[in-house]
Amino acid sequence: MADGKAKSTPLLDIRNLRIEATVYPPGEAPKTITLVHDVSLTLEKGKVLGLIGESGAGKSTIGLSSMGYGRGGVRITGGEVILNGRDILKGGKDEFRKLRGREVCYVAQSAAAAFNPAHRLMDQVVEATLLHGTATRADAEKRAVALFKKLSLPNPETIGERFPHQVSGGQLQRVMTAMALCSEPDLIVFDEPTTALDVTTQIDVLSAIKDAIRDTHVAALYITHDLAVVAQVSDEIMVLRHGRLVEWGGTRQIIKEPRQEYTNALVSVHEIEHAEQNPGATPFLSVKNVTAAYGGGQVKVLKNVSVDIYPGQTLAVVGESGSGKSTLARAITGLLPPEQGNVTFDGRPLANRLADRPKEDLRQLQMIYQMADVAMNPRQTVGTIIGRPLEFYFGIRGRERDRRVAELLDEIEMGKGFVDRYPAELSGGQKQRVCIARSLAAKPKLIICDEVTSALDPLVANGILKLLLNLQQHEKVAYLFITHDLATVKSIADSIAVMYRGEVVRYGSKSKVLTPPFDAYTDLLLSSVPEMEIGWLEKAIKGRRMASAGN
Amino acid sequence: MSSPILKLIAQRIALGILLLLAISVLIFAGTQILPGDVAQAILGQSATPESLANLREQLGLNDPAYIRYFHWLGGVLTGDLGTAMSSGQDIATSIKGRLWNTLFLAFWAAIVAVPLAIILGLIAVRYRNGWVDKLISGLALASTSFPEFFIGYLLVYFLAVKWQIFPAISTVYDGMPFGERMQAIALPATALTLVVLAHMMRMTRAAILNVMQSAYVETAELKGLSAFSVIRRHAFPNAIAPIINVVMLNLAYLIVGVVVVEVIFVYPGMGQYLVDHVTKRDVPVVQAVGLIFAAVYISLNIIADISAIVANPRLRHPK
Repeated sequence: MADGKAKSTPLLDIRNLRIEATVYPPGEAPKTITLVHDVSLTLEKGKVLGLIGESGAGKSTIGLSSMGYGRGGVRITGGEVILNGRDILKGGKDEFRKLRGREVCYVAQSAAAAFNPAHRLMDQVVEATLLHGTATRADAEKRAVALFKKLSLPNPETIGERFPHQVSGGQLQRVMTAMALCSEPDLIVFDEPTTALDVTTQIDVLSAIKDAIRDTHVAALYITHDLAVVAQVSDEIMVLRHGRLVEWGGTRQIIKEPRQEYTNALVSVHEIEHAEQNPGATPFLSVKNVTAAYGGGQVKVLKNVSVDIYPGQTLAVVGESGSGKSTLARAITGLLPPEQGNVTFDGRPLANRLADRPKEDLRQLQMIYQMADVAMNPRQTVGTIIGRPLEFYFGIRGRERDRRVAELLDEIEMGKGFVDRYPAELSGGQKQRVCIARSLAAKPKLIICDEVTSALDPLVANGILKLLLNLQQHEKVAYLFITHDLATVKSIADSIAVMYRGEVVRYGSKSKVLTPPFDAYTDLLLSSVPEMEIGWLEKAIKGRRMASAGN
Repeated sequence: MSSPILKLIAQRIALGILLLLAISVLIFAGTQILPGDVAQAILGQSATPESLANLREQLGLNDPAYIRYFHWLGGVLTGDLGTAMSSGQDIATSIKGRLWNTLFLAFWAAIVAVPLAIILGLIAVRYRNGWVDKLISGLALASTSFPEFFIGYLLVYFLAVKWQIFPAISTVYDGMPFGERMQAIALPATALTLVVLAHMMRMTRAAILNVMQSAYVETAELKGLSAFSVIRRHAFPNAIAPIINVVMLNLAYLIVGVVVVEVIFVYPGMGQYLVDHVTKRDVPVVQAVGLIFAAVYISLNIIADISAIVANPRLRHPK
């Protein structure tokens, strides 16, 4: 790391950083918890250090500490943050203000939320530069336009006149990078800058960020939970867990020869071996030529879609946001009645509208959502949540109901102790398990899983996938698995439908869909999934046959 | 300006007009239900049946109600509000001066109250949960919790009687010099300001605090902006719609709800005029004033709606 350059003082030198926060658990006295335990790191000028770990690892907290910022009542209670040769923690609020936006800039996870909807992009991009007086407005705007060009934004001369809502998510993320670079800082903190983007858009933004870092010689802390992404841009990688340092080394060493077990677990590919099942003789649910639209037929989001689902098997629907995946689920469940076409179940047509379907049909189709915590009533206990379908569909009450709830908790590998817990007391993975139990309680033939692992950390998501596969074997339930993540698809699917702009562009058994030759879109989708390999990004960009729709 | 926003604005205005028409029907119907006979009221107890019948014929009281309604509405639309029964004067003429007085008082109260409330709200957010915030909120709430008449009499006792800075009675007349006029309305304007301040200030504070949670506020903080610049440049513009709504409600109150304050300070405004004629059962005047108050309320709310539409960049600059 520092060998050979021992003489030069690092740009950023964090020593024994300790960060604490006060939490207020309901019904208990407030207590102080430590988020970061004595973490140290150094960063040379012009280098990129990747901070990686699961949620709660303290990545963002450490990143923001380089700007003297604590999010939501978080306090830096120990250690030193030496930036450009001085300990910034010794200065007061005014010192922090002087360095923020000038020496250190920040690129947030969701640029769509991080831009002020009330101001034009250009005003926001040059704001920090003007505030710190490092350039005149005309110069700053010239610099911004040059950066827009470098980040290959469309219409670099005029894009600054637009408002945030007039620009796509991938473009906004690049404008945000331009905003960070505009005041010519020494360090940029990238906080999951591509996590909220589609996989096909992510690759463009990633490559734009990488080029910009290289050309401007800015140093960067690159925070992400995705090792494959960070391997493309960093010189060094630091692995964190529960606010403690796990391992710190060169990128090649971390991904090729991890020394710690936890790093190894992160690095190893989590593909679950799932042998494809042959489709049975007859599908139990068929979607036939369904066309659906929002706004009274104004916006067609599904165009002539046909898919079949076989008993006890999984159909994965993949595509980027806006491709119509979730709308297909809404059409099947009757939430959005199709304009044309129909859905047949067990050989008979299902009513188009949810309100026209008998209770028995409702029971057979259950759903699990991406955001488990908002899909549950926060004021009901786990027992009530899981018990509700038992009462509603089967009229099971009292002791019998409690027995079934306990059985279901057992099936999702959570103990009886959880019956009286509230959703707020569960972890993200546990919440999703409760949602799975709730849908299983109805004994459905089909569970529609809408991005159920997207909000979870990779290791937790892996556990959920294994659980779903186990349950499928026991309960013979079929899944319609909606996802944008191709790795997940490989682990769980028996057949795959690739969707693009409301149409199914490729459909068939898993082996057939994932075997070349590919159509242009499937190829783009497959080649955009980051691989844990140095130099993958350049190779992938070179080999592309079409541009992604998010641009 | 683009067409969707013009369409929205046109919709709001059309709705406002429709609402005003509906209210005119209600006001007319309401006053018809009241007991009493206009002709009897005008001519008094001693009127002969013949003269009563003649007057009824003359006033069109024998026509069906809907004809009388359209007659009245037609008059209102052409600026003829009818004649006051109690004095026989033309209502439009007597209202004109009074409406002007009321608007004058409301205008100066608003000029002080609105910026003051918003600035206090901004300061409260800047020092949120600190003693400054609590002091501002406490004083504003206290001033609103006191009844208007109590504040009015306190002001009179201290500023007019004890220290004799301002007159206790706010008499104004036509041709009064501006300076004297301002001095005359100082006390009622202060009372009104104190009454409406807290509502607007609390809403400003709440609306901005709501926005302070946004990611873009964090972005602004991480650019190194000072706490007050963050609030003013990044939070306030996104909190403007609810603030405008409350401001407009309070402006409407300043115009239509000032009865008590006008009575205390003997100020010749609309409120007093209304109260006087309600006691005299002067139906045409009550109708006219009611309609004007409704029009004020509706127009201010239309302005609030339109401002909220215009303040929304998504509507102003569609994709």
